[in-house]
Amino acid sequence: MGMRVVMLALLLVLMPWQGARAAEAGPQFPKAQGQCVEDAGTMRRHHFDFLKHQRDDTMREGIRGAKHSLKDCVSCHAAHKDGKAVPVNAPGQFCAACHDYAAVSVGCFTCHATTPGEGKP
Amino acid sequence: MTQASSRRDLLKGAVLGAVAIAPGLTLIAPAAQARPAGSAASAANRWGLLIDTSKCDAGCTACVDACKTEMGLPALDRPATDAQYIRKVDVKDPKTGHQHSLPVMCQHCAKPPCVDVCPTGASMKRADGIVLVDRHICIGCRYCMMACPYKARSFAHEDQSNQKAHNPRGKGCVEGCTLCVHRIDAGGRPACVEACADTGRAAMIFGDLNDANSEISRRLSKQASSRIRADLGLDPAIRYQGI
Amino acid sequence: MKRIDYLSVRAWTPGWLMLMAGSAVIIALAGAAVLFMEHQGHHVTGMTNQVVWGMPHVFAIFLIVAASGTLNVASIGSVFGREPYQPLGRLSALLAMALLAGGLGVLVLDLGRPDRLIVAMTHFNFKSIFAWNVILYSGFFAVVGVYLWTMLDWRMKRAYKPAALTAFVWRLVLTTGTGSIFGFLLARDAYNSAVMAPLFIAMSFAFGLALFILFLLGTATALERSLSLDLLRRMGKLLALFAAANLYFVALQHGTALYMADRGAIEAFILLNGGIYTILFWGGQVLLGGIVPMALLFRSQATRCNIRFASLMVVAGGLAQVYVILIGGQAFPLTLFPGMEASSGFMDGQVAAYAPTLAEILLGLGGCALALVITIVGISAFRILPAALGPVEASE
Ligand code: SF4
Ligand code: SF4
Repeated sequence: MGMRVVMLALLLVLMPWQGARAAEAGPQFPKAQGQCVEDAGTMRRHHFDFLKHQRDDTMREGIRGAKHSLKDCVSCHAAHKDGKAVPVNAPGQFCAACHDYAAVSVGCFTCHATTPGEGKP
Repeated sequence: MTQASSRRDLLKGAVLGAVAIAPGLTLIAPAAQARPAGSAASAANRWGLLIDTSKCDAGCTACVDACKTEMGLPALDRPATDAQYIRKVDVKDPKTGHQHSLPVMCQHCAKPPCVDVCPTGASMKRADGIVLVDRHICIGCRYCMMACPYKARSFAHEDQSNQKAHNPRGKGCVEGCTLCVHRIDAGGRPACVEACADTGRAAMIFGDLNDANSEISRRLSKQASSRIRADLGLDPAIRYQGI
Repeated sequence: MKRIDYLSVRAWTPGWLMLMAGSAVIIALAGAAVLFMEHQGHHVTGMTNQVVWGMPHVFAIFLIVAASGTLNVASIGSVFGREPYQPLGRLSALLAMALLAGGLGVLVLDLGRPDRLIVAMTHFNFKSIFAWNVILYSGFFAVVGVYLWTMLDWRMKRAYKPAALTAFVWRLVLTTGTGSIFGFLLARDAYNSAVMAPLFIAMSFAFGLALFILFLLGTATALERSLSLDLLRRMGKLLALFAAANLYFVALQHGTALYMADRGAIEAFILLNGGIYTILFWGGQVLLGGIVPMALLFRSQATRCNIRFASLMVVAGGLAQVYVILIGGQAFPLTLFPGMEASSGFMDGQVAAYAPTLAEILLGLGGCALALVITIVGISAFRILPAALGPVEASE
């Protein structure tokens, strides 16, 4: 009985610490400006589906202005340093941080602009 | 910004055009309008160009320069492999010595051989007749380049950087003139046409070939025009006068 | 019918190891070349926006065309019932699959985005002859694989004839498809012709048989298995016939083109003033690849050495022929304005320069080495090669 209490107490004490550690080890990236088009959980799980779906709509059908646009991702999520936008695929930035952490390569940015606006760095 | 001003220029141009062509007549020359968000390109339109080569002169490269800037095409100084969406071709009649000069870009064929041969369907024709490369599924086989009679396409021979947001492009895929589809969808006109009007010789007009009231259709219905290699029967959307 | 014994080749002998190691080195070099070209991008190759298909495609097309041709040997034995060829059916099918694999390997590794191969397999544009070829090529492996199985396994005997016939028809369609890749290019003066498909079939007959003879001679020497001169002469005569057919279709191709006024310029380019292309056409394709082997092989007393040399010449001439068709046809400028002189900053109206780089050649050779490795593994693992092909005559 006593042992069990001690274990439980230990667990309770350690758990938040565990959690904190996990957060620390997870990907870190700059905060976005503004509100995302979906909630974070949905985005985390489905962003590639959204992007792929819209990419075909826009590219092949010419449908513009739908909400899941890579251009919009970049424009909200690119950090700024010394008045200049930092590419979202630079190490530690929004796209790279998670993708490096999960070891999933991003195919988008061999072609797509990595900074907002006209795409000039 | 550019888009707003291009729309303004376009309206100005359309008004001027209407006045110049038909003085005294109240013609409604509807400017191209931005498609509402969420709607697809429609087969009701067919976008095209009319290029008057008698106005175009050999020294002028306004259209080519504008294209490079608009589409973010770097000059790597490797003429054999650098991307080229539009070029100026100088044509000379060996018998008479007569010379003229004209811009050639993707002719946005109604029956595009590039689309027919593409194994994956990456080469595609949009409903409004604009021929594009879907670089998401292009495997870089270059069969379309073999098939295009107009040498209108380029292959990205090396890594690219500083791409424009509206013209994603990268190594290993084929690319070509998009007729500035991003401007057209926003109600504008292609960068080359704009540059030709502003700093060139105003030799190009852009418009809807399916709209009988558009400036381009009205001119085509009254004046002679031709296509490059019309004998191939591909029905290009780029028309020329004076070739 | 005479009983034929087949024996697999002993692996891991010094000679076997040396051959495999040599091929492995070439394949490794080709792999390095691919990494280099894909990493840097195609600007490090000789290929440009004018000459979009280069040396890798010359090798790839040669191997693919030859692949369907080697299968002929089996068809002659099975479909056409020629008994002397029947013992060679197994090797013929194996070699056909190996050559096709080598050729396709080269083709795929030269894509701008070889990582998207899966896209090519999942997105089909059925209007594209290229997409059809993807199906034809994969089908070829299946059809010829089954055919080979029916030859190896006596329990499959019943399926032998139908399999043989299917394989024969399939290979004709396949080569027609490969030829049509060019025939459908309506804007290119050098290609747009219905003769392209039969020409490619004639080419495949010749190249395939030549490679087959060379391989057979090589194994007979290396393994000290008998190979009758009679059989060789028979195959040599056939090769001469195929070389003649090839020349005939080449003559037809250029003859008809010469009648069309607008083809005059391209014909003059290939036949008269195209520099390297003219040299390769007359010297390589016609003389070495056609006339010399015909002269050697139509003699009734052709020696083993004659036949080996003639086959080598057919292969060399064949590479030259594909080079002239492919590169020569692209080097010549497209005609945008018939009858006019055109010039531009994008090389309109100009003959395009092309020089293959080392990396491209290595990639092509890698495909050949891959085909060799597959064949050797095949003849070592299965009973493909006949133990003896008649007594060796003393006439050498
Ligand atoms: S000009 Fe060439 S690339 Fe453009 S649509 Fe026609 S065939 Fe295709
Ligand atoms: S290079 Fe790309 S667009 Fe052109 S045919 Fe091949 S897959 Fe299609």
